[in-house]
Amino acid sequence: MSSKNLILRRIREALGDNPAQPEIPRDYRRAAEAPVDLDLLVERLEDYKAVVHRTSDISDAISRIVGDGQVVAPPGVPVEWLPRGSKTDNGLTAAEIAESDGVVTAAAVAIVETGTIVLDASPDQGRRILSLLPDLHICVLRPDQVVASVPEAVARLTPGRPLTWISGPSATSDIELNRVEGVHGPRNLHIVLVEEAA
Amino acid sequence: MSTHAPKGVGHLRGDEPFPAAAKVALANPQLRRNLQHATTTIRGKSGRVIAELPDWQELRSAGSALKAYTMANLPRLLEQLEEKVTAAGGVVHWAADATEANRIVTDLVRRTGEQRVIKVKSMATQEIGLNEALEEAGITPVETDLAELIVQLGHDKPSHILVPAIHRNRSEIREIFLREMPGVDPDLTDNPPDLAGAARRYLRETFLSTRVAVSGANFGVAETGTLAVVESEGNGRMCLTLPDTLITVMGIEKVVPAWADLEVFLQLLPRASTGERMNPYTSMWTGVTPGDGPQNFHLVLLDNGRTAVLADEVGRQALHCIRCSACLNVCPVYERTGGHAYGSVYPGPIGAVLSPQLTGVEDNSSLPYASSLCGACFDACPVKIDIPSILVHLRNQAPHPRSEKAAMAAAAYAMDRPRVYERAQKAARIAKLLGKRGRGLPPPLNGWAASRDLPEPPAETFRDWWRGR
Repeated sequence: MSSKNLILRRIREALGDNPAQPEIPRDYRRAAEAPVDLDLLVERLEDYKAVVHRTSDISDAISRIVGDGQVVAPPGVPVEWLPRGSKTDNGLTAAEIAESDGVVTAAAVAIVETGTIVLDASPDQGRRILSLLPDLHICVLRPDQVVASVPEAVARLTPGRPLTWISGPSATSDIELNRVEGVHGPRNLHIVLVEEAA
Repeated sequence: MSTHAPKGVGHLRGDEPFPAAAKVALANPQLRRNLQHATTTIRGKSGRVIAELPDWQELRSAGSALKAYTMANLPRLLEQLEEKVTAAGGVVHWAADATEANRIVTDLVRRTGEQRVIKVKSMATQEIGLNEALEEAGITPVETDLAELIVQLGHDKPSHILVPAIHRNRSEIREIFLREMPGVDPDLTDNPPDLAGAARRYLRETFLSTRVAVSGANFGVAETGTLAVVESEGNGRMCLTLPDTLITVMGIEKVVPAWADLEVFLQLLPRASTGERMNPYTSMWTGVTPGDGPQNFHLVLLDNGRTAVLADEVGRQALHCIRCSACLNVCPVYERTGGHAYGSVYPGPIGAVLSPQLTGVEDNSSLPYASSLCGACFDACPVKIDIPSILVHLRNQAPHPRSEKAAMAAAAYAMDRPRVYERAQKAARIAKLLGKRGRGLPPPLNGWAASRDLPEPPAETFRDWWRGR
């Protein structure tokens, strides 16, 4: 007998008492109750040590963060956002990505309650390696991408895509259970939150 | 016929019973200080972020029901998961026990021709002793989680589900790094960001040059075939993104029915576990994505005693565990003994109910007693596992010494007969002469008294007082 059949047979025997099929109580908060609170999003992002820039001028914000550095970006990021000398990922090697000072991406969804951004590998977010190796990640976020809670974010995302949920820069709780920023992922996370031009 | 986790492989059985192992831990004041500091910190953090959610109890109820539903429909959900992962380009393997899982993973690594694998922290691979199996096959496993790295470099054993090096403080970690980490800066301080930076430099090149990774999984979604790993440092992202081949070992109980169900667990897990609103990184992938991440993906579904747990109507809810470790952090016994005393990779209250069921109670018969039954674990559990009830249930299955039965029978006899009882009370006062608070009791009663103080017998019994009125 294959191990698959063995395991499935063991499970069916173990469930021989026909355990109850419970109804799932879904009376936790699932839908938006109020307009999203962008101020709270900023507070939650900053609480986990992300740096937030609220601006209507995306390229200006990015060039100020990057300074003299050189960044990489996925092909879907508008070129006008990027400082001169930036590299577009049309098959960059891991070494080329790792050498760059930073990466600029968009996002798929952001969650106010948890201070989370989610990337889904769309053309303006790129393959996962791109937002992983550089030490600086600049993520451009539009207000219409922001939802209040985790259930709303899960509902918006497409499960078949590779998804990366990011809440603050790389951190660890492994030393005396305190949160310490800066292990393997990008140690600097900057969010450019786009505001309508006044 | 359900089968327990086999002996001789993996890390579910200790070398000595809990009381003996606990005695060693209790004599280590540094360990107790480290544990008390860490568990106090995490309890405070977790309490604060849980209090931010007005619907925490509703989420717990949903999580609990989802797990019960999953167990009741396990065959269908596992086959659905296999179908979806396969359709997305992954390969699914079934492992009846630790030995088979180790063989499957070792063969898969061998077939790549690689001599080294990078690993994301995973309870399942620790449980089955995968690192030892790989080393035996000449393959070097590199643990990339900071705490696992501290444990591996310190030639130590993990002592906590979430923070395997919880028993080490910053200055001990610095000493381990200075002693064991090749190329480490000799001026390394014990400042936690410096320690984290040392691990970053040490592992960077390994991440970029290793072509096979082994991970566990927090969730596997049957509906979509999506797997999820929840982490903090980015070592998980490295392992799940950079190599050509990814091998994921997942316990069969980790399947969740539908994509939308993640909305419950992704709220429960980080708040109960590290006390964060959300952990820094969660990766989700479905089979293989051309041009992005590993192009070969293998999922190993592991039984290793889980079906034996499932067969117990009371004990099966131990399989609902999402490995948050909240029950460890609130347990007065764990806080004093630490994780090593439990002898299994699953320590603390959940370990005391899970390990004996995976191995068969006779192989871990002291663990159901490693608890005061105070109930703090039940209150803290994000999926409402009634750990105290399972502990009592397992105590009834554990083999009882014949002397205990004889003592209980003697007590019942005396309590049924007033004269005998009165004489026993007098004898108790005389027994004071045998030693302080029960310490001088003869065997086998001295075992019982070793960790308990007998009450001082009163100078006058109620009966004497009544007679004298």
